[in-house]
Parts: sequence; C-alpha cells; structure tokens
Amino acid sequence: MFRRRAQSDPGLPPVSIRFEGRTIAATGGETLAAALLAAGEEVFRASPVSGAPRGPFCLMGACFECLVEIDGMPGQQACMTIVRDGMDIRRDRIVEGEE
Amino acid sequence: MRPETVIIVGAGPAGIRAAMVLAEHGIRPVVLDEAPMSGGQIFRRQPQGFTRSYAKLYGYEARRAEALHTAFDALGPRIDYRPGALVWNVEGRRLQVLRDGVNETLAFDRLLFATGAMDRVIPFPGWTTPGVYTLGGAQVALKHQACAIGRRVVFFGSSPLLPLVALQYAAAGVAVAGVFDTTPRRAKIAALPGVLAGGTTGLKGLSYLARLALKGIRYHHGITPVAAIGDRTVTGFAYLDAGGRQHETACDAVAFGYGIKSEWQLADLAGCRFAFDADTHQWRVETDAEGRSSVEGIYLAGDGARIAGADVAAETGERAARAILADTGGPDQGAALSTIARRLARHAGLRQAIDRAFPFPAHLAREIPDDCILCRCEAVRAGEFRAAIAALGPDEVNRAKAFSRVGMGRCQGRVCGPAAAEILATELGRPVSEAGRLRSQPPVKPIPIAAFQESKGDAA
Ligand SMILES: Cc1cc2nc3c(=O)[nH]c(=O)nc-3n(C[C@H](O)[C@H](O)[C@H](O)COP(=O)(O)OP(=O)(O)OC[C@H]3O[C@@H](n4cnc5c(N)ncnc54)[C@H](O)[C@@H]3O)c2cc1C
Repeated sequence: MFRRRAQSDPGLPPVSIRFEGRTIAATGGETLAAALLAAGEEVFRASPVSGAPRGPFCLMGACFECLVEIDGMPGQQACMTIVRDGMDIRRDRIVEGEE
Repeated sequence: MRPETVIIVGAGPAGIRAAMVLAEHGIRPVVLDEAPMSGGQIFRRQPQGFTRSYAKLYGYEARRAEALHTAFDALGPRIDYRPGALVWNVEGRRLQVLRDGVNETLAFDRLLFATGAMDRVIPFPGWTTPGVYTLGGAQVALKHQACAIGRRVVFFGSSPLLPLVALQYAAAGVAVAGVFDTTPRRAKIAALPGVLAGGTTGLKGLSYLARLALKGIRYHHGITPVAAIGDRTVTGFAYLDAGGRQHETACDAVAFGYGIKSEWQLADLAGCRFAFDADTHQWRVETDAEGRSSVEGIYLAGDGARIAGADVAAETGERAARAILADTGGPDQGAALSTIARRLARHAGLRQAIDRAFPFPAHLAREIPDDCILCRCEAVRAGEFRAAIAALGPDEVNRAKAFSRVGMGRCQGRVCGPAAAEILATELGRPVSEAGRLRSQPPVKPIPIAAFQESKGDAA
C-alpha cells in the first residue's frame, strides 16, 4: 500500500479534497494521484471495457490508468494534476464509446 | 540573419541545454512542456513549497540537478518558457498546444523535439492489479512525491533502473522484498568489461549492486515472472528461478520494467522517417549526425531520439541547437560540434555495455499466456490478439490493431505496443523489425473536447 515517506514540509498548506464523498486531507503541491493513494484509495476507476478495478500505473502521464472526474470534468489524469483545496473527485465513469 | 521562431518541445536535460545554447546566441526559443515543472524525467523538480535538499532528492546526481535548475532559472526572459503546455499535434509548420484548458496554434520555423522517454513494459498475469507500477512510476513517487508505492516492494525486470530504483527505496528505509532480474547471470558477466571500461559512470552502476548486497537485499538473476497475486490489491509475486522452480514472495506493491522507450509520437505526425534500432530493440526517428530529422527544419535530441541517459541527452541537446544555429545562417559551429562528437564517442561504449547487461527479453512477450491482458486500455487478452491474427491475417501492426483493438486506446499503444509487435512477429514468423510500427494519431494524448471550442488561433 502506497504511503507518504516523510512528514510534509511545514511550509506547505494543508488542503482538503473529497473522493467519492469522503473527505481526504492532502498537502498543497502534491499530485492528486499521490494524495489519493496515500489515503489508501488504490482503485481510481473500473476498466470501461471489463469493469475490473484499475489504479495508477506509470505515474508520469503516459498510461491513462489514473483517470478521474474532477469537479464534474471526466477523464483527468490524477498523476499530472496538483491538488487544490476543495477539489471534488469521483471515479472515472466514462463508458466505452462515449468519449 | 532573419529572425526565426524556434520551438523546443520538452524541458528535460536535452531541451534545457538546447535552450541555453540558443539563448546565448540571441535566439529566444519557445520552450513547451506538459509538466508543471521543468527538469524532465530525471531532474524533475519537487512541487513548489517542498523543501527537501538536493542531496536528499537526487543523491549522486545532486550537483548536476542543481546546476541544471540554476542554469534554467538564469535564462529568465531570454526564453519563452510555457510549463503545463501539452503539444498534441503537428501539422506542417504549426503545433497544436493545450494549456490551462485553452487550445492554441503556434507556428514555427524550426522545431526541436526533446520529448524524452517512458518505461517499456511486457504484460504479465496480474499486471493490471492496483499496486503494480512501472519502475519509473515507483521512482517518480519517491523522488517527486516523497511517497513509497508500498511497505514491502518487489522490483523486477531488465533495466538499468532496476538496481537503481530498488536501492533508492532501500535507502529511503522501505523494505525491498527482492530484486528479480530476468537477464541470466552470464549476460551480466559478459557485459562487465564494457561497464568497467565506462569509467566512473560504469563503476557507479556496479556500486548499486554492491550497496544492495550490503543492505542484505538479494539480487536474483535469470528469473521469469509468473504473476502478481491479489485481487483488488497486490499481495504477492510469483516467479520461476533460473532453474525453473516456482517461488512466491509476499509484497504489497510491485514495480517492473524493461528499459525505456522513446516518446516519438509527435515526430511521427510530423512525417519524420524511422529506423529500427537493434541495440535498444525499438524504433527510433532517423537523424543525421547532428540531430536533423528527415523533415527539413525538424530536429531531435535526448532520449526521444535515442535512449542514452541524461548526460548524452544534454550533449545532443546542445548539438541540435548548434545545428539550428548553423542552418539559420549563424556563425560556423564546426569546432563546437566536433568537441561534442568526441564527448559522445566516450559514452558510446558504456551505452552498449548497458544495453547488453539489460537486454529486452523479447521471449517473455512472445510467451505471454493467452488469458493475460495484453492491452490495458481496451482490456484485450493476448489470446484474443493471437486469435484475431490467425483469423484475419494482418501482416503488420496497424492492421492487427484495427482487427483486435490492441493499441487503439488512450495510450495509443505506448504501453502494450512493444509486446504486441513481438507477438505479431512470432505469429508471422518474421523479425519484429519487419512487423511494422504503430502509427501515431492526433491528439497524441487525449484532450477534452471542450478545448477545441475554446481554441484560439495565434499565428505568431
Ligand atoms: C521513468 C524514467 C525514469 C528515469 N530515471 C532515471 C534515473 O534515475 N537516472 C538516470 O540517469 N536516468 C533516468 N532516466 C533516464 C533519464 O530520465 C533520461 O536519460 C533523461 O531525462 C533524458 O532527458 P531528455 O531531456 O531527453 O528527456 P526528459 O528528461 O524525459 O524530458 C522530456 C520532457 O518532454 C516533455 N514532453 C514529452 N512529450 C510532450 C508533449 N507532447 N508536450 C509537451 N511536453 C512533452 C515531458 O513532460 C518531459 O518533461 C529515467 C527515464 C525515465 C523515462
């Protein structure tokens, strides 16, 4: 299970985000993927084809496995997004053929 | 000299060095990078506000990282740097760029692709389970986000990143369940003279192995991955040892990879010619000795041109910048270019030794079990791909893709492409270099449809 290595820097603002309605404490500056993984959320979406659980894989913007819906906008890469206070995140619900 | 618009895509070691050289000569390049921070893959900066020291973040590379960041910052207004800018298409002399949700068209006279690379993987059973990451992903988590992918981590594959990332985790105090190299020990021994001849860089690589041993971490040679075990999350890793006996080790995360592959989709859209590179076992964009592609005005540098590491990336970045200077009627660059050529020649031997010590195990791709997912995006299994080939008889990868959907998803085959090509080549009974190359499509990465609606033309 993914976890933070160090206490976050004291200079960083704590931010609060929501994932599927659950409030998660994160640290300003970190990526959304890291914030969710560190909060124990490994499953970001279901494969639109098979329904199997999927989570971040490459963490560098290449594989598109970490797609989530942010503030109503689907298909966002969590690993390339920096957390902002108040972000409302849901598992990606894009169904094949709807894109 | 008539003023020309020069655009550099990528702000890693290659793009940064190129920007420096151009700025020194009075050219103000536009530097585009989709990442929010400069530095590229190896020297990616930590998020704003994080205050870990260079020594902590970059270890051995601390001084080089700091020098690169300082030099980049010193460029200030002498370059037009635009972070968070995804280049998603090239049409003629124009780029389509998405930044902050807004689309823009940028015209260029000269274009340098310094787009770097990504992990190369071979699917194995269980690889889509959450908790399985690429080696590069594991490294990004640690270096960029100060996070570990697990409490007890298995590292496997065949890549210079394998001992390095495992050691970085161990040094950060994470339990390493083992390092499992798919390359037989005898291949490592055969590569040893070349590595030793590679001077300090080669010795540094060997020291990773020694330090892993000192920490009591076992480095296994010649293994075959069997599966990542677990349903919604990883609980173990099963493998065959060099003698063919199956073992299982408990872990809560797995990181794997087989070297890295060039990110060349944009050069493909630009119409650049490609060649198969036998040493790294992958396609690359053909360039002349100074980084010019087959398309006039388009240049390549760094890992996006040929996988060779950060030092070589910076050298080839400078080389391409000097080629641009020469081609735009600037002062003669002959002396500087031959100095770079000499420095690059010194890297070549070590590079070859590394390619030999960590070869791409194509047989693992050919032997992917039928029920294993091959294409993550489209959830197509290897057996379905083989059946489509047998039934419909595609003779190259693009037709195979059309028939099977393998490589048709969001990642455009960046992840499954190398393995799919091996499978097709096997079915066709040909070398993989004769199974074709997956063509790129715009947008090279998915972009929201809304971006088009807000698109604004800017033919600056
Ligand atoms: C995952 C990974 C981990 C690595 N770890 C190490 C290591 O620990 N030690 C080591 O010595 N070497 C490492 N390497 C190799 C090293 O990163 C490279 O040799 C070096 O960074 C190459 O520099 P570059 O400038 O060619 O490309 P990069 O440093 O990769 O920079 C390329 C830049 O281009 C940008 N880009 C790409 N496509 C687009 C686009 N369409 N639009 C906008 N921007 C784009 C990317 O965001 C990136 O910032 C690693 C490579 C990878 C892929």
